[in-house]
Amino acid sequence: MLTVYGVELRSRLLLGTARYPSPAVLSAAVRASGAQVVTVALRRESGAERAGQSFWALIRDLGVRVLPNTAGCHTAREAVTTALMAREVFGTPWIKLEVIGEDDTLQPDVFGLVEAAATLVAQGFEVFPYTTEDLVVAERLLAAGCRVLMPWGAPIGSGRGLNNPHGLAALRAHFPEVPMIIDAGLGVPSHAARVMEMGFDAVLLNTAVAQAGDPVRMAAAFAQAVEAGQAARAAGPIEPRDLATPSTPLPGTAFRG
Amino acid sequence: MRVAILGAGVAGLACALEFARRAVDVVVLERAAEGSAPRPQQCSWFAGGMLAPWCERESCGERVALLGAEGLSWWQEHFPGTALRGTLVVAHARDTAELVQFARRTRNYRRVDAPAIAALEPQLAQRFAAGLYFPDEGHLDPRAACDVLRRRLRELGVTLSFGASPSSAQLSGRVLVDCTGLAARTTLGDLRGVKGEMLILRPREPLITRPVRVLHPRMPVYVVPRADGTCMVGATMIESDDTSVSARSVLELLSAAYAVHPAFGEAGLLEVGAAARPAFPDNQPRLRWRDGTLYVNGLYRHGFLLAPSLARRAVQAVLEGTYFPEVMDEDDPSPRQRRLA
Repeated sequence: MLTVYGVELRSRLLLGTARYPSPAVLSAAVRASGAQVVTVALRRESGAERAGQSFWALIRDLGVRVLPNTAGCHTAREAVTTALMAREVFGTPWIKLEVIGEDDTLQPDVFGLVEAAATLVAQGFEVFPYTTEDLVVAERLLAAGCRVLMPWGAPIGSGRGLNNPHGLAALRAHFPEVPMIIDAGLGVPSHAARVMEMGFDAVLLNTAVAQAGDPVRMAAAFAQAVEAGQAARAAGPIEPRDLATPSTPLPGTAFRG
Repeated sequence: MRVAILGAGVAGLACALEFARRAVDVVVLERAAEGSAPRPQQCSWFAGGMLAPWCERESCGERVALLGAEGLSWWQEHFPGTALRGTLVVAHARDTAELVQFARRTRNYRRVDAPAIAALEPQLAQRFAAGLYFPDEGHLDPRAACDVLRRRLRELGVTLSFGASPSSAQLSGRVLVDCTGLAARTTLGDLRGVKGEMLILRPREPLITRPVRVLHPRMPVYVVPRADGTCMVGATMIESDDTSVSARSVLELLSAAYAVHPAFGEAGLLEVGAAARPAFPDNQPRLRWRDGTLYVNGLYRHGFLLAPSLARRAVQAVLEGTYFPEVMDEDDPSPRQRRLA
């Protein structure tokens, strides 16, 4: 079980809800993934208005926990305003905090992120900050009151996997007790398996599933990969080495050719 | 048999024409006024008018592509302004991965390089290094097309009644074919609105001669040239039935047009608009019987593309009781089954 802000989650796969071919495919993909948490962008889905009700009703019918996000916000102030609206609309203290610093990479503005996180924690939010692998930023986010970190794998939607696996491994090692969800940049299930093998607690996906040829199958494939990676981590992988070690001890073999 | 079509958007007009061609006594009843003063939900007024079944396959799948392909010849037959110049799909150098993915999910295209793009659209020379050309696709001006359909219906003696809710006298003794889009939501509970915002620009000189789609990871945008020298730029897709236009959407659409050609920056901005397109949860169109009324709905962002193929099927469903698995729900009873029940 993964525990985030006192909530126990069986599934270690979180799913975004944007850019699916249709709401029907979105529902089926969420079911196939077994995800218990989905992220919803307030800004574009008009959740605040009566007008967006059909989409919101569809999300509610999925029976999963909603993690609203502040996607598309470029300043701390904007993100805080969006978070307040999200709390109103979705009735949850959870917020996935995104403060975008650069439009080409959509990478977090870590200064605005820390500022917004502190403001939101002070207002009773449970913040899931979308951050980089930077240790100092992680430190500041934790000091601001975040109890979960969401470091990126690669730029949002890029499908690259892990751009800086060494940095991420260092982050993991540095804060062994903090739940960490790798958010953004994964493309294929092997990326997710690797993330879990590295000891991260969960992965969050959107584009890799939503834009796949068959999102439902891809969601299921990712679920298997996350489970495999998690089990492998728990099972204790062998240490890689440079030279061969025979898997069958030689003295026991019947013939030596 | 006598038929009343509710709604004079493209679906209603196409259905009416198909009934009239079969010599069925048909009337068209529309609550909104005729012509240029649309209701917020009148999607046909704000449509792009692209007849692009093969491009649409990318997000809407094979069924929409096949139904849409049927519509091309129908439009050529009924609307002389239908242009068959294909669609050009381009991406900026940094988004070529989008082009690869788009190609994988569509068909009936050929790859074009910079010289081929320049040959197709001379004004776009040097602007794009790679693209896809869908030669068999078309486009039309939706407002002109609806004008022509209304005129044709009147020539055939069909009564079109605008600006009032239908009276019971108008409806009595007629099979109803409901083409009212999102307004049918009271009966079709799984219908939802997807807002599409659009602009109309008038460039100082003609820039393109066929629809140009620009692929971008966050927002695919198209620019459709019209015979009057304007260009329609569309369209956002927002899960909402609100029809206000946001500054941000206008900014994004204008940026996209500007990225196609900087001369769009000098164009006049004639109009911004939005409509809530009716869509079912799977974004696929439906013919659906409810209490003796046939609903033609869920055409989503494919009103002009799909209206002909749905109209043909609607006529057969009403006159012959035909069941069409590709556009009807599995549990939808045919009229014959309903009569027996």
